[in-house]
Amino acid sequence: MTGIVEYLTVFVLAAFVGIEVVSKVPSILHTPLMSGSNAIHGIVLVGSLFVMGEASGAAQLVLGFLAVFLATLNVVGGFVVTDRMLEMFKGKPNERTRPAKAADAGPGESA
Amino acid sequence: MTLTGVSFPLSTWRDLIYLVAIAGFVLALKGLGSPKFARRGNQLGAVAAVVAIGFTFTNPIVHQHGKNVVLALVAMVLGALIAVPVARQVKMTAMPQLVAIFNGVGGGAAALISVIELLHLHSLGLKPAVYITAEVLLGVLIGSVSFSGSAIAFIKLQELITGRPITYPGQQVINALVGLAIGVLIVVSLITGNIAFVWILLFLALVLGVIFVLPIGGADVPVLISLLNSFTGLAVAASGFVLDNNLLIVAGTLVGASGIILTRLMSGAMGRSLPNILFSAFGSVITATGGEEGDASRPVRQGTAEDVGVLLAYARKVVIIPGYGLAVAQAQHTARELADALMAKGVEVFYAIHPVAGRMPGHMNVLLAEANVPYDELKEMDEANPEMSTADVALVVGANDTVNPAAKTTPGSPIYGMPIINAGEAENVIFLKRSMRPGFAGIDNELLYDPKTTLLFGDAKDTLQKLVAAVNDA
Repeated sequence: MTGIVEYLTVFVLAAFVGIEVVSKVPSILHTPLMSGSNAIHGIVLVGSLFVMGEASGAAQLVLGFLAVFLATLNVVGGFVVTDRMLEMFKGKPNERTRPAKAADAGPGESA
Repeated sequence: MTLTGVSFPLSTWRDLIYLVAIAGFVLALKGLGSPKFARRGNQLGAVAAVVAIGFTFTNPIVHQHGKNVVLALVAMVLGALIAVPVARQVKMTAMPQLVAIFNGVGGGAAALISVIELLHLHSLGLKPAVYITAEVLLGVLIGSVSFSGSAIAFIKLQELITGRPITYPGQQVINALVGLAIGVLIVVSLITGNIAFVWILLFLALVLGVIFVLPIGGADVPVLISLLNSFTGLAVAASGFVLDNNLLIVAGTLVGASGIILTRLMSGAMGRSLPNILFSAFGSVITATGGEEGDASRPVRQGTAEDVGVLLAYARKVVIIPGYGLAVAQAQHTARELADALMAKGVEVFYAIHPVAGRMPGHMNVLLAEANVPYDELKEMDEANPEMSTADVALVVGANDTVNPAAKTTPGSPIYGMPIINAGEAENVIFLKRSMRPGFAGIDNELLYDPKTTLLFGDAKDTLQKLVAAVNDA
């Protein structure tokens, strides 16, 4: 029973950290933050790997396979799409000299 | 932390690596909060995840059966092969749906983990302690609601079904009954420990996710996705409890807690409380005021691109107020061309960004960043509003609700109380609209009928191109 208390302690402390860390985020970053935190819970893949490892019998194997597959979608897709979003957050004042129109319309439109 | 004698050194190493990953996630979240470090933050999070996942394979539990490892690797490769191209190629306008779907699958995985662990314990003939069963049931419940709820949100945003709230008679009674059934089921499962109930719970939780999301529509869906994101975090934390894994507990809880805060920030930007968004059946209010929609008999002033082009070219200060319509028309690049053309003529131009412009808070910033609009030309609503009265022209491109004065003047309106950009304070207001159809929230906009307002109908991109030409000729 001590285990559960330890875990609850960790849970409560992590909740405070989570609240503290995002309380000052400017609204321009809300979308990337939602997407980035979405990627972080993709770490559920670690759990999927555990249950897949100990799975026995067809039912557990099928469900385990599904769990690993879904969690991989979450973690890989989440980080890649967030990176793509943040890649575009540039254009600080020192970059005001803009490239020629034809050139800079390219990367975004290729999507 | 289960330290078995045999694997003591390696398992301790693994726990330490997990601790490093945890620190990485906290720093990643922190980095995501500032424009300067956001990308590095996200990359740090990705590295932390890769390291943690890699070290997980050193665990004997994971690699005890060769066949299972191979299957797991196949599932991972398949997942990555699908996720990478989708994430790289999706249009920026489709971002909310994509976040919804990536979130949903995470919730689904968390629910499955809990189910499998329970099946596994039973197949070993073990009867899990009550608190473990409780953790399993919570993981199944929250994960499944997140999964099916996100799926419906995806379907709505992708416009496979109407984005409007879906209501039917007795809806609240049915939702309450399902909720009650789930409560009873959890209590019964805890007392009896019978795993058959888990399957019923899984099914009912999936149903609950669907009926919970159906009546939420329009502009409220993004707030809902943020809430579901938070739910998935909590479901992941629950699977961490089930599996005795601190990494999952901390990562899940971080997302769960920050998601709740983010959800509150978002609903605050819309001037509404979270319970109001979730349970007010926004839809019934819309149908009540729907009679005014598309009131074709009221006179509006329609202009031509040439006239407006001249007006813009000789203005001193022009404020561009972009909305989702701009994104749908993929007109962010053309909007920037217009801004460039005006600036070349010495006109002061800036963009006024409403916090919920687009379909997610901050979405418009992403879309404009995609068009290489520099930061310093974007002004947040609070910064832009004091300048509106000195602007010659407010150019509203595909926005509606975010400039609707009803939010200030009509107490009965569904958007009453939402902060707006005071486009009406500018000398002239130009609306680029596809039609007289009301906006996302489905409410008529008095500003359209204002004498100082001119409307340009048509696709935002076409109209903007005509305006660029008109400005260059002026």
